[in-house]
Amino acid sequence: MSDTKRIFIKGNEAISRGALAAGCTCYFGYPITPQNDIPEFLSTEMATVDGEFVQAESEVAAANMLLGAAAGGARAMTTSSSPGVSLMQEAISYMAGSELPGVIVNVNRGGPGLGDIGSSQGDYFQSTRGGGHGDYRTLVLAPGTCQEGYDMMIEAFDLAFKYRNPVLVLADAIVGQMKEPVTPWEPKAADNHGAEDWRIDGAKGREKRLLKSLFLEDGALAGQNRNLQSKYEAMQAEARADVFECDDADLVVVAFGSIGRIVKSTVRRLRSEGKKVGLVRPLTLYPFPSEVLRDLAKKGKRFLTIEQNCGQMVDDVRLSVRGIADSEFHGHMPGDLPGSDDFLAPIIKHLED
Amino acid sequence: MSEKLVFDAPEIMIDRPTHYCPGCHHGVAHRLVGEVLTEMGLVDDTLCVGSIGCSVFIYNYLDVDAVEAPHGRAPAVATGLKRAHKDKFVFTYQGDGDLASIGLAEIVHAANRGEKISVVFVNNTVYGMTGGQMAPTTLEGQKTTTSPNGRSADEHGLAIRMSEIIGGLGGTAYCERVSLDSVKNIRRAKKALRKAFEMQVNGTGFGFVEMLSACPTNWKMDQIAANTRITEEMIPYFPLGVFKDVTKDGEE
Repeated sequence: MSDTKRIFIKGNEAISRGALAAGCTCYFGYPITPQNDIPEFLSTEMATVDGEFVQAESEVAAANMLLGAAAGGARAMTTSSSPGVSLMQEAISYMAGSELPGVIVNVNRGGPGLGDIGSSQGDYFQSTRGGGHGDYRTLVLAPGTCQEGYDMMIEAFDLAFKYRNPVLVLADAIVGQMKEPVTPWEPKAADNHGAEDWRIDGAKGREKRLLKSLFLEDGALAGQNRNLQSKYEAMQAEARADVFECDDADLVVVAFGSIGRIVKSTVRRLRSEGKKVGLVRPLTLYPFPSEVLRDLAKKGKRFLTIEQNCGQMVDDVRLSVRGIADSEFHGHMPGDLPGSDDFLAPIIKHLED
Repeated sequence: MSEKLVFDAPEIMIDRPTHYCPGCHHGVAHRLVGEVLTEMGLVDDTLCVGSIGCSVFIYNYLDVDAVEAPHGRAPAVATGLKRAHKDKFVFTYQGDGDLASIGLAEIVHAANRGEKISVVFVNNTVYGMTGGQMAPTTLEGQKTTTSPNGRSADEHGLAIRMSEIIGGLGGTAYCERVSLDSVKNIRRAKKALRKAFEMQVNGTGFGFVEMLSACPTNWKMDQIAANTRITEEMIPYFPLGVFKDVTKDGEE
């Protein structure tokens, strides 16, 4: 990090500034709460980097504009919130099938349906299982602080180009709407990982290129699916987690994003009372940091997964430790904002079980 | 006596048999696009956005860079592509089910924003690739696999006239409806394409060319009867002409 000064900004602005620092030159979006600060900020700021800002007619169109800019090899992004991200799934599936890099930010709000505009982690399944039709995955990063919102945008663009794959940044209304000190930083020159070798920019002096997801010839689609699966296998190396106070813990709590951060406060308080509890906060949701959890399971730890939904990531925790351990679950209903006190009772209950 | 070649396809046309049915006008439309791109010197700078329908395979026939858009989304994909490469020539090639039904929002808003792209709209009043279902452009009384008793104004509404809609939008620079039913009309179609493409190259704005075309297979007609149907049934409902031309005053 250089000697840049800290600034006091909302998470949505941190995400926007992180995208600009990452070299994003094309933004496409559509208004939806609680992510509106992002298009509002970028509607003027994109011009400062000689970039493009388009307010699309829908999230369907915004995501397809992202597809088009990505096909041209541009560093492009779109942002939305849950109902809007549902509409983007068509384009995300096509981008995955056509192996196009792009960044999609979901400032998760309550659902299902119109839900509410408060915070939620209800889109975990949609985010980590592909979300649209067909066998594909997107890389998924989960910021829990405004600083992580900034940092993960830089990481997201790099991963998108490294794997030629859509990358989802799964924030939530808490991360998007709270204000915190953020230290902006400029990454080294953006690495497009050889985008000039596949992007379409006119076939002057070379063979024409075709970016597509249709494979009708006998065996062609099977081959493409095998390619994609081997790529997803390679992505597993990117799994990361924040591991806190787990060494001597009897119970390991697993929580992500803003909830992981709130749970960290609860764990700190219980530690000050001598309780042997730790926290694993996955920073990548796909790939999931299974090895971290499996190693802890081998050491005899017990697990409690806490989410602001009705039980989604807990499936991945259980799969991670299968055959060795299991995970209990505590769900905080979307539609209600939790504090660190809300998690005391469930953690103590499972610690003493 | 030695043979002398008097007529050949431009180099941009890939020399292979097409998958189109006999009498289908996609081949003619592709050829016109290829000729105009060649004559305007755009081949090396062209980015083609294909869409869903029979013409998804346009990339098999034109020797240019291409990307495949989801159904109806070609104008949005072209928007993103053009914004990323402002110095390149970006065009979409879309059928009537694609453009006038599922992609109605994308085409209207791309035109209204005045995106500097060109749209080739092939209207044959039917969903071709999926087997001849009713399209938004299907004419009243026309029998299709999903309107076996004929399209009914009461039940289905009447056919959408896209050029009238696109021509009425502020961002449109050029909009013309042409037909591929006769040599005279094909020549006119080529001029329209050139005009629409020039609007993008000059930075004037959004260009739109609707081509009335035959689908003999799904119309259950021979090629001659299909051409006659365009002349006698389609053109009276879909009048030919320029619906907007910002370079000419009073011709809107």
